[in-house]
Amino acid sequence: MFTLTPEEQAAVELSVWVALWATLTSLPPGLLVAMLLSRGKFWGKSILNGIVFLPLVLPPVVTGYILLLLFGRRGLLGAFLADNLGIVFAFRWTGAALACAVMGFPLLVRAMQLSIDAIDRGLEDAAGTLGANPVWVFVTVTLPLILPGIIAGTILSFARAMGEFGATITFVSNIPGETQTLPSAIYTFTQVPGGDVAAFRLTVIAIGVSMFALLISEAIGYVVGRRMGVEE
Amino acid sequence: MIQVNVQHRLGSFDLTAQFASDGRVTALFGRSGSGKTSLINIIGGLICPDHAHISLDGEVVVDTDQRIFVPKHRRRVGYVFQEGRLFPHLTVRQNLLYGWWFAPATKRRGQLAQIVKLLGIGHLLDRRPRSLSGGEKQRVAIGRALLATPRLLLMDEPLASLDDARKAEILPYLERLYDETKVPIIYVSHSVPEVARLASTMVVMADGHVVATGPTADIMARLDLIPFTNLVEAGAILDAEILKHDEQFGLTVLGLCGEQLWVPRLNGCIPGTKVRVHIRARDVMLSTRPPEGLSALNVLRGVVAELGQQHGPIVDLRLDCGGQAILARLTQRSVESLGLSKGTPVYAVIKTVGFDRQTLGTASRQANGADTTAIPIEGPVATSLRPEMA
Repeated sequence: MFTLTPEEQAAVELSVWVALWATLTSLPPGLLVAMLLSRGKFWGKSILNGIVFLPLVLPPVVTGYILLLLFGRRGLLGAFLADNLGIVFAFRWTGAALACAVMGFPLLVRAMQLSIDAIDRGLEDAAGTLGANPVWVFVTVTLPLILPGIIAGTILSFARAMGEFGATITFVSNIPGETQTLPSAIYTFTQVPGGDVAAFRLTVIAIGVSMFALLISEAIGYVVGRRMGVEE
Repeated sequence: MIQVNVQHRLGSFDLTAQFASDGRVTALFGRSGSGKTSLINIIGGLICPDHAHISLDGEVVVDTDQRIFVPKHRRRVGYVFQEGRLFPHLTVRQNLLYGWWFAPATKRRGQLAQIVKLLGIGHLLDRRPRSLSGGEKQRVAIGRALLATPRLLLMDEPLASLDDARKAEILPYLERLYDETKVPIIYVSHSVPEVARLASTMVVMADGHVVATGPTADIMARLDLIPFTNLVEAGAILDAEILKHDEQFGLTVLGLCGEQLWVPRLNGCIPGTKVRVHIRARDVMLSTRPPEGLSALNVLRGVVAELGQQHGPIVDLRLDCGGQAILARLTQRSVESLGLSKGTPVYAVIKTVGFDRQTLGTASRQANGADTTAIPIEGPVATSLRPEMA
């Protein structure tokens, strides 16, 4: 009952792989955007805010379709990237990662933005008067202080990526071994006769992975919070 | 030498301040909202002023005309904030060494061990800021600022958020700070007792303007500045010397303008130690004849040097007692019934128990700003004042 077929195993591994890539590559731009939205004062800030948070409210299928239009083989950016840099998203696992990254991005940014907003700017001023230039202030004060937010955002974004279905299947379809992630596999099994057992097995795994991610996030948050005295 | 000339507009508040000080401890004194904190924020580089010229020891750090603005991390001006602002994610030791790492290696002066000893924070090194008391936090904040080897130390009401017991705990450390580190200090405060104990030079501010600048004793003796300083705590600051201790009654005799002043016992101070005495105007009574049958131990002879403006029923007077100024606060009724005017010889009566730990401090610098020969004061001296005075 609990032995996975190669097809199921491939779906689980691909999902973890795609989710890791989606989360890790969106971390640096996520931090940058969170800093901009939290601290920046510039024209078009609300437009940036809107674009970042749009995937949260749009139907995932719409997001997937927009990605297809932009990054498809004949899409505006897709053609450029494929011709010049050799990066292809359409019907590849990279496309699945992109879809997951876009869908998880608002959660990542939101969590980091909240913790940046909560920082006492006075601490950064204090670091400045002690001789730290702005880069050092960011590395030694800002970054450690927003670490709980970064961790929370990362876990949320990872969990979102593990569960992402609509945008992925619209953008890169459902190709076993290439773009068939855990949710797509479950969906496929529920569509074929006798696939219930396999779908159930994968469902248990999905629950397990998500639960594990949440527990890890709790644990890290607790340790970091204790160390800094932010919690309690 | 600190030279400051600032013009800055904050909303509807106009800050126009100009002062220079070569004092060791310069107090920026004034009520809340008089612009003190804005002024040191400008000196520290936290605010970029509209128009300013600021130089430290001859080096220009801000000159808006020449478009010079040295950023705060290159200014080497230490800043002790009212609320400490210790880094919560670092231990006390890491907090202390934070600025030390950034200080140029050739200019590093203080050693961790030395600063830790000066401030008595050795037992806290491995703890985190959240577990420290308010007084401990402030001492760590002072140590952190000092270890960054600043050319100037700014302190923004470092005692304001502490209760009286914590204030009494930190004041002795502050008194020794300049003498042991030789870093000039600008000390923002609205507390007369703190300034009286710590400052050699005073800059009085009101409504964003500098009202007066000068040696602390001179400023405190000016009757016309009382409305700007503090009506309740106003009083003269005098330099005295410990003559002897009276063991039987637990008293100490101070030499002051050739006369003797009896105060509660100053523990641990050897005769010859210089002390600074703050005699509040409201604690001084006047008599035109030598008083008899009086419980008060201190009677000083002097003449009325100046009568101040009447505020309500009250008049402040400045007396000249053998060259030292003493302020006295009387009712207008008493002034008229005693017929006091400029030149009237009087006897000033000061109750011994009127002195408390806030009005007496050991100081190796004189209130008039002049250097005195340094008298070594041992660590426990000032601290041991507490049980006696409390």
